[in-house]
Amino acid sequence: MFADGTLVRVLDHTIFGHCRTPLYLKGKVGEVVSLTGAWRNPETLAYHKPGLPLRRLYRVRFRQADLWDGYPNAGDTLEADLYEHWLAPAERAATGDLS
Amino acid sequence: MMSSHDHDDHDHDHDHDHGDHDHHDHVHPHAAIEDHDTVTEFHLLEQAMRELLIEAGVFSAADIQRQIERQEMRTPAMGARIVAKAWTDPGFRAELLSNPKPAITALGIDVANTPALQVLENRDGVHHVVVCTLCSCYPRMILGIPPAWYKSREYRARVVREPRVVLEEFGVSLPDSTEIRVVDSTADLRYLVIPERPAGTEHLDEEALAAIVSRDSMIGTGLLAGAA
Repeated sequence: MFADGTLVRVLDHTIFGHCRTPLYLKGKVGEVVSLTGAWRNPETLAYHKPGLPLRRLYRVRFRQADLWDGYPNAGDTLEADLYEHWLAPAERAATGDLS
Repeated sequence: MMSSHDHDDHDHDHDHDHGDHDHHDHVHPHAAIEDHDTVTEFHLLEQAMRELLIEAGVFSAADIQRQIERQEMRTPAMGARIVAKAWTDPGFRAELLSNPKPAITALGIDVANTPALQVLENRDGVHHVVVCTLCSCYPRMILGIPPAWYKSREYRARVVREPRVVLEEFGVSLPDSTEIRVVDSTADLRYLVIPERPAGTEHLDEEALAAIVSRDSMIGTGLLAGAA
């Protein structure tokens, strides 16, 4: 479980089939904004499985400059909802400070 | 929290670049007919699934029509009422931001059996703009059927990587000092944006305010001009 403000890296898994983690966020570092709750896992729910256990879903905020080379506005951000099993604790180093 | 996944407005997985309720020029005794210039594999898949589910007795053609009608009765006017109320009633605004569904239900808008909803407020130099890059998730329960551009690959691909350019194309020009926050509704939540209340609208009542709230302002691709 990640507390608000925790830096997380989106795992760079390859999975075949349905998932709700967009490719452009894989490997990127962002900051947990909030825990939104827990939902059935769409990766199994999509295939007529119960999708249990429930998975925690977090709002994670990224700096646009960390997502796209040459992004012009340092203050701009992007948020996405990501399941806990796609997130790992991250270091500040690689992509710079997020405050 | 747990989603039931049998709610009215769930739109994952079955809204890929085709319309909201596609029909075909192939004649059916049990469904409304509309002409399509092109029939894609998705159309055929949807048609085959629909026919099988009707044959299996999971639901009837009448159920589908009823559901389409129910969806089409939801329009951005619902969202506009919510926004106007939030502008004029601080208690409602606070409740809407922290616990949206009970607040909306209290206005007489039915959001039971719909996906979870979050409300984002444009203020203090932060401008939210909503997209679903993975499909076409949209707060249908309060804004109705999404505009075609919202579901287009172009909007979905470009608004995440060059939001300022895309917003300019919508006529939305924001200073560099404003943080543009793109919200990609990737999973179980839907997002409604509360636009900034325009200057010069202090004298307007709730109903008059609702009339100036545009659909796009509640997606984040529009700004509201001051009232005349």
